[in-house]
Amino acid sequence: MAEVKGRSLFDDAVARLLSNRAAVASMIFLAVMTAVCFIGPSFTGHPFDKVYPDYVKVGPSFEARPGLGEVEEAAGRIARRFRAKVEHFEMKAGEVEVALSSTQTIDPRIADYFNRADGFQNFRIAPSESAPKALKLVGEVKRLHFWFGTDGNGRDLLTRVLIGGRISILIGILATGVALLIGVSWGATAGFLGGRVDMVMMRIVDILYALPFIFFVILLVVFFGRNFVLMFVAVGAIEWLDMARIVRGQTLVIKQQEFVQAAEALGVGTAALIRRHIVPNTLGPVVVYVTLLVPKVILLESFLSFLGLGVQEPMTSWGVLISEGANNNRDLAYLLIFPALFLTSTLFALNFLGDGLRDALDPKDR
Amino acid sequence: MISFTLRRLLSALPTIFIVVTVSFFLIRLAPGGPFDGESHIDPRILVNLKRIYQLDQPLWMQYWLFLKNLAHGDMGPSFFFKDFTVAQLFAVSLPVSMQNGAAALALALVCGISLGTVAALRQNHGIDHAVMGVATAGVTIPNFVVGPLLTLIFALGLSWLPAGGWNNGALPNRILPVITLALPQMAVIARLTRASLIEALRANHIRTLRALGLPGRTVTLHALRGALLPVVSYLGPAAANLMTGSVVVERIFGIPGVGRYFVEGALSRDYTLVMGTVILISVFVIFFNLIVDIVYSLLDPRVRME
Amino acid sequence: MADPKAEPLLAISGLSVTFRIQTGTVEAVRGIDLDVRPGETLAIVGESGSGKSQTMMAAMGLLASNGSATGSIRYRGQELIGASPTTLNGIRGSRITMIFQEPMTSLDPLVRVGDQIALPLVHHGGLSKAAARAKAVDLLKLVRIPDPERRVTSFPHEMSGGQRQRVMIAMALAMKPDLLIADEPTTALDVTIQAEILALMADLKRELGMGLVFITHDLGLVRRIADRVAVMKNGEIVEVGDVAEVFARPEAEYTRMLLGAEPRGVKEPLADDAPVLLEAKDVTVDFALPAPFLRRRPIFTAVDRVSLTLRRGETIGVVGESGSGKSTLGRALLKLLPASGLVRFEDRALMPLTRDEMRPLRSSMQLVFQDPFGSLSPKLTVGEIVTEGLLVHRPDLSRADRDRAAAEALAEVELDPVSRNRYPHEFSGGQRQRIAIARAMILSPKLVVLDEPTSALDRSVQKAIVDLLRRMQAAKSLSYLFISHDLAVVRAMADKVIVMKDGRVVESGPRDAVFAAPTQDYTRRLLSAACLD
Repeated sequence: MAEVKGRSLFDDAVARLLSNRAAVASMIFLAVMTAVCFIGPSFTGHPFDKVYPDYVKVGPSFEARPGLGEVEEAAGRIARRFRAKVEHFEMKAGEVEVALSSTQTIDPRIADYFNRADGFQNFRIAPSESAPKALKLVGEVKRLHFWFGTDGNGRDLLTRVLIGGRISILIGILATGVALLIGVSWGATAGFLGGRVDMVMMRIVDILYALPFIFFVILLVVFFGRNFVLMFVAVGAIEWLDMARIVRGQTLVIKQQEFVQAAEALGVGTAALIRRHIVPNTLGPVVVYVTLLVPKVILLESFLSFLGLGVQEPMTSWGVLISEGANNNRDLAYLLIFPALFLTSTLFALNFLGDGLRDALDPKDR
Repeated sequence: MISFTLRRLLSALPTIFIVVTVSFFLIRLAPGGPFDGESHIDPRILVNLKRIYQLDQPLWMQYWLFLKNLAHGDMGPSFFFKDFTVAQLFAVSLPVSMQNGAAALALALVCGISLGTVAALRQNHGIDHAVMGVATAGVTIPNFVVGPLLTLIFALGLSWLPAGGWNNGALPNRILPVITLALPQMAVIARLTRASLIEALRANHIRTLRALGLPGRTVTLHALRGALLPVVSYLGPAAANLMTGSVVVERIFGIPGVGRYFVEGALSRDYTLVMGTVILISVFVIFFNLIVDIVYSLLDPRVRME
Repeated sequence: MADPKAEPLLAISGLSVTFRIQTGTVEAVRGIDLDVRPGETLAIVGESGSGKSQTMMAAMGLLASNGSATGSIRYRGQELIGASPTTLNGIRGSRITMIFQEPMTSLDPLVRVGDQIALPLVHHGGLSKAAARAKAVDLLKLVRIPDPERRVTSFPHEMSGGQRQRVMIAMALAMKPDLLIADEPTTALDVTIQAEILALMADLKRELGMGLVFITHDLGLVRRIADRVAVMKNGEIVEVGDVAEVFARPEAEYTRMLLGAEPRGVKEPLADDAPVLLEAKDVTVDFALPAPFLRRRPIFTAVDRVSLTLRRGETIGVVGESGSGKSTLGRALLKLLPASGLVRFEDRALMPLTRDEMRPLRSSMQLVFQDPFGSLSPKLTVGEIVTEGLLVHRPDLSRADRDRAAAEALAEVELDPVSRNRYPHEFSGGQRQRIAIARAMILSPKLVVLDEPTSALDRSVQKAIVDLLRRMQAAKSLSYLFISHDLAVVRAMADKVIVMKDGRVVESGPRDAVFAAPTQDYTRRLLSAACLD
């Protein structure tokens, strides 16, 4: 007997999803974004909380800092102290070569002075013919790249944006997970058991829904302080309400379907009914809602951070960064634009993915 | 109609009551009190203050007094803004929030429904994608990004509009905040209208109208009437949200509305102010949901049968 | 009788209709030619997927957005395919009109009935709104709706299905069209209402002298009302001719097959000593309805004190229209609904049993549903669906045993055993019903309740299912409770017949007695509406 593999509805859905270019692009984008935010900070060359007092509010640039001119100027200043003049200055990939000349002997301790200056290191006197009135010094300059510039405290923005991404994405996933867990159990139980249990459970949902959520979250913050873990519990605890409603609605619909009644006629028990028939058929709308919930959660966290209720310094999230950027609007637009770009592009991708999933799982042309 | 309204009100009251009660006890149970932030007060004055504000009574007694005052419409004095009662604070700030909210709602409705209709009628064509792209942006980009961005472009960049401040409600100052408020709602309404109209145009009774040879515009109008029902349902919570002021928008643009009292009140443990805002929001939500229900039942005769 | 030499009202020539779907294109109609003559009733007959509806939808320009038509359809010489919207709108609704199958959703729920009828009068007839509304009352009278002055201000949801269809007819006839196209207008209605609507249409057609294209799958209707008939299969016209000719001397193989698919034969009578399997006395099912505010919940009695006795190997046919309670009765007897009264299965009282006590009995009493699309769990393979009962009742079986059992069960219902790894949506309606039967039979039940098992299937498929059920009954000595509104099928299957209306038994007795000599008026009406030969 030849083995025939059927084509489940899941396979159909996956095929439909993969043929949706926007959704596939979004998935790739999200994978890349997550990888960058989690692995990236190790590669930027800056810890996220390191303060560079020399580089406060520095704009974004491709060029490393300090720039050529600044280094040359610094060299010139030190030279003048020793009554020397810079004849020739060359800087290549962090290696500096300075040729000094003077009317008198140049104190060889000039090398130490160079080394003591911020960013200069390893300066030594190179052998040269015209010593001691003309010296050649070689050394290194520590050059830093601030691709996105620095913030008001002199911290590298790129690293902070990536770290912020970690927090935002983490909260997005974790809080959604919490909402999923609570919402699905609550909704499925209420929907399946029906009757008075259902009524009571949904009344509770209604009342919680009526509480102005800002107030509720503020209360949580007030009670527990600005704790990162509690932040995502708070966010998850608000979002599970919608999830419970959706799951309950779906459960009610599925309960009426004839294939559930057929299973009951076979004598299948309640647990097996829920496991085998109800839950797999609720997954569709739940999955779609989850992908639309993650951006909502990230947004919520950003919103709270914007109000100053979110993650605490020096840890940061996209919301905190945007808040700082919004406050510095006048002169430092880049402080706002970079985190905003990251946040909105991630949210866009999540929304497109959610739309794609919805079309894949519930095609309208059927 | 009257009995319908009364029934709705009656079922809403218990909810408000529970919300108010829960909020009352929650805020008072939070650590910290309304006078903690003050620089040192003489302990005797502190005792007197507590007596004046009835904070020295047992909790359930405070609750009872609160309810009694509420029945007279007295929400008590603000602890934080010491020279004002809560009611006075609202009287000044609520109209501001409501004006902005109403303007934003009107803008969102007009633009949202038009855009959604156009997108539905030209489904899958260029303009549909364009409208949906903008709508997705409106839903995705948070208002605390949009606000500063708009300020950046129109105020700081082009200098067409002031960068912030209320200026007693001068028109140029209203434009950016209202747009920022309206954008997300506009986006949702556009998406909702589009999906709903596409669905409605496929309905059997619209096929009947086509079979009767009615001109395209008539058919579309009929479909639109049915398609707007879900939009009407959505308006209830949306209106309540808009009217009670947006914390974010008011902060960004420096608008003296009601929104900021939520955050500031809770953070400074201003009990009366917080209770006032909770009651305010609950009442607004109930009120607008009721209006929406009534409008819906006027539009859809099947619902009136209850 | 129409004049065959007159110019045709509608001349269809080389019509093809294709639909674009995700995986390619589907040809619903493949190059057909057909004429409709003035004043005649032409029936277009076919099973689902034959293209009979799409042909007329193309004529009316009502194809879905992914469909396109090529060829020619001329109305009195005017080309309809590719006509401009203005031209098309001038013709449809006033010269050619169409009514559809689903009266419950074909009227705008937000607009009053009178205003809807007024629409064609205003747009085509140029009447003022007031004049149109007055004319609407006349039209309601024409379609025999009682109390038309009051009804004119009603909303559709305040009317029954039959009444809504009458309103549709009123709208369609408002401008006195030359041609009325009716797409399965009575399929969704109860049998007795069907008869009334058909009579109404016949009378109106005569009065207005218009042509009628009647699309249906029901040959009985064709015989009763049509002058000519066109038989369609897979998008092509297989045969065309006068009704009497085609029915008496069908030329095409397919036509012969269709005509032969009417359920034939009767059941072999039972042995006298057959033991009693199921006994039901005064079974009652009450539902509490949602209560209006502050008032007590009204009780709706779906099944009102029904009694019956079913013996081993016997089939009881339960007939009635929608809302008669027959389905509810079936489920109550299997204890799938809360009910009161006495039910004994093999001498064991069922009512007092708990759920756990009832479980082992369930393998002896199974249920097959009406809807082959909804009764199979979409996320499970066919094999899993068919053997789910074994998980409950034969936990001793290994996976391999169950797999073998699934293969056997599928072979028994004449499906290829390899299909047990496929999913329900990959099968046709008839095949899914076989799967549902396999699921019931695998447990070797003694009693099978069949709730409208063939109603959602095409006639030809119905015949195969009926034959299958008969075979299985004979082989295994099964008892059937056969619930159906289709009297033809019940006559072919049952020993005894129970007629239900509004939850009560109106008439019961041996098959021949009930069919040949009904004692109750309602039974007589049912029988005459069913147009059995």
